[in-house]
Amino acid sequence: MTLHRPSSAQEVAVIVAAAAAEKRTLEIFAGASKRGFGRPVRADAKLDLSKLAGIVNYEAPELVLTARPATPLAELEHVLREKGQMLAFAPPKWLSLLGIEGTPTLGGALACNLSGPRRVRAGAARDFILGFSAVNGRGEIFKAGGKVVKNVTGFDLSKLMVGSFGTLSILTEVTLKVMPRPESECTLLLQGLTDAKAIDVMARALNTPHEILSAAHLPEGAARRSCVGVGPVTALRLEGPAPSVASRAAEVEKVFGAAARLDAEASARFWDEVAEVRALLPEGVVWRLCPTPSFSARLVETIRQILPGAEAFYDWAGGLVWLSLPEAGSDAGAGFVRAALQDGHATLMVAPDSLRETVDVFQPVPRALAALEARVKQNLDPLGLFNPGRMRKGF
Amino acid sequence: MLAMPEPDRVVLDRRAEIVAALKEFVPGEGVIDTECERRAYECDALTAYRQTPMVVVLPEDTRQVVAVLRYCKENGIKVVPRGAGTSLSGGALPLEDGVLLGMGKFKRILDIDAPNRCAVVQPGVTNLAISHAVQGQGLYYAPDPSSQIACTIGGNVAENSGGVHCLKYGLTTNNVIGVEFVTIDGEVIRLGGKFLDAGGYDLLGVLVGSEGLLGVVTEVTVRVLPTPPGARALLIGFPSVQGAGDCVAAVIGAGIIPGGMEIMDRLAIEAAEAFVHAGYPLDAEALLIVELDGCGAEVDHLIAAVEKIASDHGATTVRASQTEEERLLFWAGRKAAFPAVGRISPDYLCMDGTIPRREIGAVLLRMKQLEEKYGLRVANVFHAGDGNLHPLILYDANKPGELDRAEKFGQDILRLCVEVGGVLTGEHGVGVEKRDLMDVMFDEVDLEQQQRLKCAFDETSLLNPGKVFPQLCRCAELGRMHVRGGKLPFPDLPRF
Repeated sequence: MTLHRPSSAQEVAVIVAAAAAEKRTLEIFAGASKRGFGRPVRADAKLDLSKLAGIVNYEAPELVLTARPATPLAELEHVLREKGQMLAFAPPKWLSLLGIEGTPTLGGALACNLSGPRRVRAGAARDFILGFSAVNGRGEIFKAGGKVVKNVTGFDLSKLMVGSFGTLSILTEVTLKVMPRPESECTLLLQGLTDAKAIDVMARALNTPHEILSAAHLPEGAARRSCVGVGPVTALRLEGPAPSVASRAAEVEKVFGAAARLDAEASARFWDEVAEVRALLPEGVVWRLCPTPSFSARLVETIRQILPGAEAFYDWAGGLVWLSLPEAGSDAGAGFVRAALQDGHATLMVAPDSLRETVDVFQPVPRALAALEARVKQNLDPLGLFNPGRMRKGF
Repeated sequence: MLAMPEPDRVVLDRRAEIVAALKEFVPGEGVIDTECERRAYECDALTAYRQTPMVVVLPEDTRQVVAVLRYCKENGIKVVPRGAGTSLSGGALPLEDGVLLGMGKFKRILDIDAPNRCAVVQPGVTNLAISHAVQGQGLYYAPDPSSQIACTIGGNVAENSGGVHCLKYGLTTNNVIGVEFVTIDGEVIRLGGKFLDAGGYDLLGVLVGSEGLLGVVTEVTVRVLPTPPGARALLIGFPSVQGAGDCVAAVIGAGIIPGGMEIMDRLAIEAAEAFVHAGYPLDAEALLIVELDGCGAEVDHLIAAVEKIASDHGATTVRASQTEEERLLFWAGRKAAFPAVGRISPDYLCMDGTIPRREIGAVLLRMKQLEEKYGLRVANVFHAGDGNLHPLILYDANKPGELDRAEKFGQDILRLCVEVGGVLTGEHGVGVEKRDLMDVMFDEVDLEQQQRLKCAFDETSLLNPGKVFPQLCRCAELGRMHVRGGKLPFPDLPRF
């Protein structure tokens, strides 16, 4: 199979134009660490963007960073940390979750819209992209957005690129809003809550003025496999200047009772475990559910009634549920999981290729929306060259 | 005068029949067709451009919106959606042969859902009314455009509105998690909801800020946040705008993201002080207002930190608000800056570019030179935290040629913003005002790609035509695979 390794946007454009002329499809990747996420791609050629790496421009006081898509996340995080800044959406890497070797890159995090536990308050990857350059399915180089933190000039195509799994255009450069890294953090651990009670506590905690940044609940099984070691445990994370964190932690304890505390280092380790989904059972298929947050405990209970071996834990105060199903059957549990979900979306994260090929990996959408999505795809990649089948059958 | 799409004679000739048909869909007073009443809708807050619409329709529910849009699509009639008409870029400027679709009757708050940190509202609800509706639960809606008392959330969605607090809390796009909208084909589509990260393509992200070109929003789910327990403001005077700009960079460089951070120049300070007597230092060339919000310990900690940074940057005045009344007084001058400028000049144009903050000093200097070139004065008020400038160009519409000069001056300012690495509009939108400057920022391929997206939503270009894009392309042409002159792009580059 042909392997392209372009080192500039122009070279990408040439490859795409040639592929368009011959109607050859392309599998697009850089660090290849997310190849197991989404439906398996069967393409005529591979397009490896690894050479499109490196930070193009970074001005800390402007809160703006421009980089090429194959820049490793680790490198980016290191450079930001040196200036006391970070990516506020703290994208997870998911290497052990997906059981894949590879180098997580900025482009991959954006293509998959990856956001960690800070998402519930700080926003998702899509909230921090300011602009980009890309090559469309016609082999044209185009740009959208800008390189300043506030911009409404023209349609916001940047958001469309985030979470499109490389099916619309090939990013060649992106500009992000970056944020200061908080001076300190701590996590409060409330012990022994049921799932339903924990969801209620997390919702109330997020609505206090004490700026809870992350909220997760690990039922007993998950808590036992975490660095906390015992459970169930409900974790509330606070960040900010040291005097502020101390004062707010005390206020939170006044409302919800005395809690064990994780200092900055332990807190960072705990949330890394949550982000990387390390506390889940290492077997069976894994689903990532985004339900209405207040419904999440009932959702898990419904699924457990059908499949008692199901294990779950909650991030984003219930807005994100990680679910592992030990014996899910021929549809990976898609039928009963999606029936139980009601509103929101369920993504089949970890399953053998054969299952991810036959089951809808991403939540199916109503007819009118599906038709609109197909027209959007058609207008950016009219010949369907990019990552065919990655998101849905057909594209 | 600005060129708008050529009116469709066939549609104008059928006016009576069209009005009658629309009355079938929207009964009672929902269809406005007398000349006198239609004139009330002839412009939005960009009053320099006016056009009486062919007919005004005020639907009351989604079903009526569907019927009206489906009819307009079938009959090739253009539609201009409108919220409260507070757009500063002419986004709701009517068309002579178009239906003006006013969404003002969609004013119900449908659901306040504190446990899920959101509220579901109809698009005609005002921005401020959302915060009022949730304040009993200690919550508020963060984006706060200055027109928040009047502007509607539907308009905010169309324009991706910002405000003073958006550096810390984001623009509309970061605070809307779901919408229901109707396409020009009359299809009702829901994007997102009470859950996070709507799956599939982020069409919600595209719809927000699409200036009424992609669909008509009929319901909005917004994220609401806990009200910060406290806030204090600092009033900091500088002997130069550059000093104020450097101070802003140093505050952010120190890892502090204030709730709000605003700069006013000398002319704006003088106008505001004369109007509201906020106690602004009249000896300063630039005034910086910095607001820190959060718990008491955090606010006091950060006030001290910013005070030190300000002194290190040569501030001549540093005053921290000691009471809530004093904080509000500090803001009163800034919030009244536009009307205050209105007192010293019969008319003004409000511009809205964004620049990298490091360029603030240089851009203001160039603006001074432009003042001389055009013989007009500029007062500057801007969101310093995010580099969003609002130069107010003072002119007198009754003096022949002044409006024209003011507009050319404004265009030069926006070109300057792009030249230094910034953008044409930070929060007011392109509308008609900046439409013909789009090619300063984007090349032909960039604009074609945006218009292809428009084609996916509205292929006959009936929704709000004449806005945002300098030239309307036919979707059939845009859809073709261009092999320009029989050659692929970059024929001279090696193949591999």
